[in-house]
Amino acid sequence: MDFVLQIINGLHVGSIYALIALGYTMVYGIVKLINFAHGDVIMIGSYVVLLSLTELHVPFWIAIIVAVVFCALLGMLIERFAYKPLRNASRITPLITAIGVSLLLQNIAMKVFSANPKPFPNVISGEPFQFGGVQVGQVTIYTILISVVLMVLLELFVLKTKMGKAMRAVSEDAGAATLMGININTTIAITFAIGSGLAAVGGALYSTAYPIVDPYIGSMLGLKAFIAAVLGGIGKIQGAMLGAFIIGITECLTKGYVSSQLSEAVVFAILILVLLVKPAGILGQNIREKV
Amino acid sequence: MLTVNDLHVHYGSIHAIKGVSFNVNEGEIVTLIGANGAGKTSILHAVSGLLKPSKGEVLYSNINLNLIKPHKIIQYGLAHVPEGRRVFSQLSVRENLELGAFIVKDSKQRMLDYNKVMQLFPRLKERENQLAGTLSGGEQQMLAMGRALMSSPKMLLLDEPSMGLSPILVKEIFTIVKECNKLGMTILLNEQNAKMALSIADKCYVLETGKVVLHGDAKDLLDNDIVKKAYLGG
Ligand SMILES: Nc1ncnc2c1ncn2[C@@H]1O[C@H](COP(=O)(O)OP(=O)(O)OP(=O)(O)O)[C@@H](O)[C@H]1O
Ligand SMILES: [Mg+2]
Repeated sequence: MDFVLQIINGLHVGSIYALIALGYTMVYGIVKLINFAHGDVIMIGSYVVLLSLTELHVPFWIAIIVAVVFCALLGMLIERFAYKPLRNASRITPLITAIGVSLLLQNIAMKVFSANPKPFPNVISGEPFQFGGVQVGQVTIYTILISVVLMVLLELFVLKTKMGKAMRAVSEDAGAATLMGININTTIAITFAIGSGLAAVGGALYSTAYPIVDPYIGSMLGLKAFIAAVLGGIGKIQGAMLGAFIIGITECLTKGYVSSQLSEAVVFAILILVLLVKPAGILGQNIREKV
Repeated sequence: MLTVNDLHVHYGSIHAIKGVSFNVNEGEIVTLIGANGAGKTSILHAVSGLLKPSKGEVLYSNINLNLIKPHKIIQYGLAHVPEGRRVFSQLSVRENLELGAFIVKDSKQRMLDYNKVMQLFPRLKERENQLAGTLSGGEQQMLAMGRALMSSPKMLLLDEPSMGLSPILVKEIFTIVKECNKLGMTILLNEQNAKMALSIADKCYVLETGKVVLHGDAKDLLDNDIVKKAYLGG
């Protein structure tokens, strides 16, 4: 029973990592940039949810929508002013810029909200569900459900819609996509908006489980989601989901059966092991350099 | 229909195109021939907006293309089949063709064009749901051309469609190029296979290291001694 519980906890954190990992992987897929500021967009999202709840007194789901819109705009803003001017620069330049944007967001949060952790209200309460002998909290159920629904919607969007096809075309060959009449700039901006919007949901759900918000919550959360994206094969949407669930479950099993201090070390160890065997990640293909 | 005046292209300090001028009239097939590195691809890229010329103008139906955003150029009926096909290998054949019609708003028109392309390239029909990356070179060339035709262009830019293909396939592709021309499309064709290109073209420009060294009617150039020696194998 305890084992089942740990797996369910793993699915819980895994689905949060997945929502965040999608942003890393989609952005990487289209502009080949590791957006180190992504974790801090999540942190901003958590503050927006918190403020909407405590200052505007709106219901939780409205707070999430506010955060999604805010973060989507923030993501587009970052892309437009920090990364777009560097699109033809060598790869290291935007990477350093991303670290700069990350520090900037943390410092803005520190100035505006102070470094003191703020408590996050209890928004999802109610009796836990009983499955056989296992008790599963409502937060867990909601988190998994919302994440799975969003992932299915994203998959449908990318596979079926015109914009989704344009995104895949741009990530494969931006020049050829231009010849089709696809506006690269719009497509990239939309990718950032979707990635950041999903991250906002991830941040909100994270805060319901770990109800403390400070300017640094994005760092570790972002790092783990990034590891999930790399593990699954960066650039691959399904890879990010798979990697995130593997990381989440590994983490919970280690916490439950080995030691909670070791959980992060085990996550890194798995990453290293997988990359030794499959450098491009579980679902990744060997990268073909563009001409 | 297309007039290029004193075109210059630089790649950093490399001066790749050094003042090229040429002219394509409506309904014509015009070919640019030249050896590797002569500058054929650079010229097509400057026309379709994939690169900014450092000097010179590109006029298409009296529109100055230098002033048009690259992704808007196809809306004026100018489609470019790039060198090396550049199909979207992770997308299916059908999806590639759908992207060719990205600018076509009318879904009936899209269906019509889709069926037309499938008629022109029956081989693609059998492979509709296959990933483009798994097609053979010849099939990818057909897909690249089909994708360009999905926007019902008035003019086609073709960059070495015969590259890497067997003689039979080259013939097939050239037959289709001629057919497109008969259907009313004006064609600008880059080729290293000068013999094939001259056999279907009306006019020809010969490029050497970024300059036009010779031009004239394709028929005349077939008999030209310099062309024979340099491009037609003696
Ligand atoms: N991206 C680039 N950066 C630097 N130089 C380039 C670039 N693209 C082309 N060149 C140079 O410009 C010149 C013309 O190249 P281009 O590709 O236009 O020739 P081409 O006639 O199409 O050759 P091929 O028949 O091999 O396709 C060459 O000397 C080439 O080295
Ligand atoms: Mg070329």
